[in-house]
Amino acid sequence: MKLLFNIAWTHVSSRVRQTLVGMAGVSMGVGFTIMMAGLMQGSQIDFLRQLVDTMPHITVEDERRSVPTQPAEQEYAAVQMSDIANVGKRTGIRYSESVMSSLRSWIPGDVAPSAKTTAIVNHGGARIGITLSGIDPRREVQVSKLATQMREGKIDDLSRAPNGIIMGEALAEKLGVKTGNTVLLVGGQGVQLNSTVAGLYRSGLKRVDESQIYSLMGPAQVMMGQGGVINQLRLRLNDPMLAQKVAAQVEAQTGYKSVSWQEANADLLSSFTVRDFIVLTVMGAMLLTSSFATYNIISTITHEKRQDIAIMKSLGMREYAVRRIFIIEAAIIGLVGILFGWILGYLLCYGWSKITIFNPLTGATVPLQIYYSLAHYVIVGGISLVCCAGAAYFPARKATCVHPVEIIRGAS
Amino acid sequence: MTEVALQAVELVRRIEGAVSHTLVNGIDLAVNKGEFVAITGPSGSGKSSLLYLLGLLDAPSEGEVMICGQPTSKLSETDRADVRLTKCGFVFQFHFLLPEFTSLDNVLLPMRAAGRMAEAEMRERGLALLSSLGLGEHASKRPNQLSGGQRQRVAIARALANRPEIIVADEPTGALDTASTEQVFSILRDIADQGQTVVVVTHDPALAARADRRIHIVDGKIAEITERGGGELVCEAAS
Repeated sequence: MKLLFNIAWTHVSSRVRQTLVGMAGVSMGVGFTIMMAGLMQGSQIDFLRQLVDTMPHITVEDERRSVPTQPAEQEYAAVQMSDIANVGKRTGIRYSESVMSSLRSWIPGDVAPSAKTTAIVNHGGARIGITLSGIDPRREVQVSKLATQMREGKIDDLSRAPNGIIMGEALAEKLGVKTGNTVLLVGGQGVQLNSTVAGLYRSGLKRVDESQIYSLMGPAQVMMGQGGVINQLRLRLNDPMLAQKVAAQVEAQTGYKSVSWQEANADLLSSFTVRDFIVLTVMGAMLLTSSFATYNIISTITHEKRQDIAIMKSLGMREYAVRRIFIIEAAIIGLVGILFGWILGYLLCYGWSKITIFNPLTGATVPLQIYYSLAHYVIVGGISLVCCAGAAYFPARKATCVHPVEIIRGAS
Repeated sequence: MTEVALQAVELVRRIEGAVSHTLVNGIDLAVNKGEFVAITGPSGSGKSSLLYLLGLLDAPSEGEVMICGQPTSKLSETDRADVRLTKCGFVFQFHFLLPEFTSLDNVLLPMRAAGRMAEAEMRERGLALLSSLGLGEHASKRPNQLSGGQRQRVAIARALANRPEIIVADEPTGALDTASTEQVFSILRDIADQGQTVVVVTHDPALAARADRRIHIVDGKIAEITERGGGELVCEAAS
């Protein structure tokens, strides 16, 4: 092996310029791929963090995933029922306090009640459909980041203002209202309620900021036309990634539909998958392209060294040993290139993290989010090394397959 | 009884193609251990082709090459490479030294490939070989720093590195001046005198006359064998 390495090293070290070009190609590929991976994952994690922070991790609704079977259907196989009117069915989660107490005993997080309904907010000439969530401010801080998202006022101000509401800055801007102004809320039952804007928040998600209003439980239940009803439980977990598993357990326990944040945003997450696929394809292409430089160098060396290959074979060196020389050459180029690529990648990530961009929605100037991960370096380096070895294998194989007599005769 | 080092039995080498061409056409030959055989013949007669077959660089279309009594026709390419590495030493018309390596490294190459000796032992043998061929002070020089004759002597040292039973040389003096030619041929003669078998292809009749036996090839067949016995050359036409 030492002999093969010596020969390989002699070949690459006697072609400094070509070798450096090859190494630069690998470095560029590795460096930019690491930067892209860091940028892609950083932006994705940042977006998910915003999403997870803004939403409850699990929402328990007062509905079932499927219509429950009727007693007669359970008793007689021949009976099939449909279009059943739920006469007298009371909306809301039954025994919500008991359910919450039970959930608190085992879920790794906390739970808060809410009364959720839809309404129209009427101000001046504007009529905008919104979602009104009645909350308990004391418990809400345990399950959402609303307190930290407040831009004007506090959650506790809901209790101080008459029929106080908190709305998103984007909605307030649409309506042209400020803290302290009064707007008219119109419920589905025709209930009308003059509400005072007690505060403004900014979640960072446009669809939330333009359509979600918070109030105390009372006003929301009035708008629903059903006093005392709790129709939604909002859970926040210590580890958001457990949401799907916990949601399934909650649903099994309570029978109510429990939706994890992943399920609620399944379309968004699937778009991430597509995005990941596209970016990974581009990164793979970059690494593959960078290995072309190695292919060129090894092709050139094997072409120039045809006579040496013939001599080594004629002396009795085995074909695969001769082939291995060129694989080692590619590995030398690849390893040094990867090392510099890692440094380049880190510097690029560092440089990009200093670039700030203005988010028109949040109104803040934030740096590009870069995710630093050792895995990026290891995976990209590994793939690049395989690409380099592959790029060397084919010209080396072709060159070492040549019969030594053909070359010796040609040289003579 | 004389031990046969190298034997060819009904050896045929044919190039198949649109027009088939027979390079070696049914040659029977036995070379004894320690014998110095010169193969001569006009250009294109098949003498180099015969040499490549005898040295296992090429595989015969028909027939058998036996090295130290071992048949080789059924050996895999890897096994043939092993036989070349351990039992055959090659010297070509051009030195074919690796240009980036020193003389010593070139001589060490077959030993390192065989991997049967410790590095120190290999270096000792490599230096001894170079010294015995008058190249002791050129051990650290690269081929481009040596004369043609010196390069060819380094190539001979490389061929001798693994103590092969047989040395095959394809016109080893073809590219050398008269003085170097004489030097190289004397070395080959000495090698044979020390008990190793030497088979040389040459165009030079004077040099061929110094071999123990001269085999003249025409059209891929042995046309004439000339033996040197007691200082007299005895010619006989091949049947």
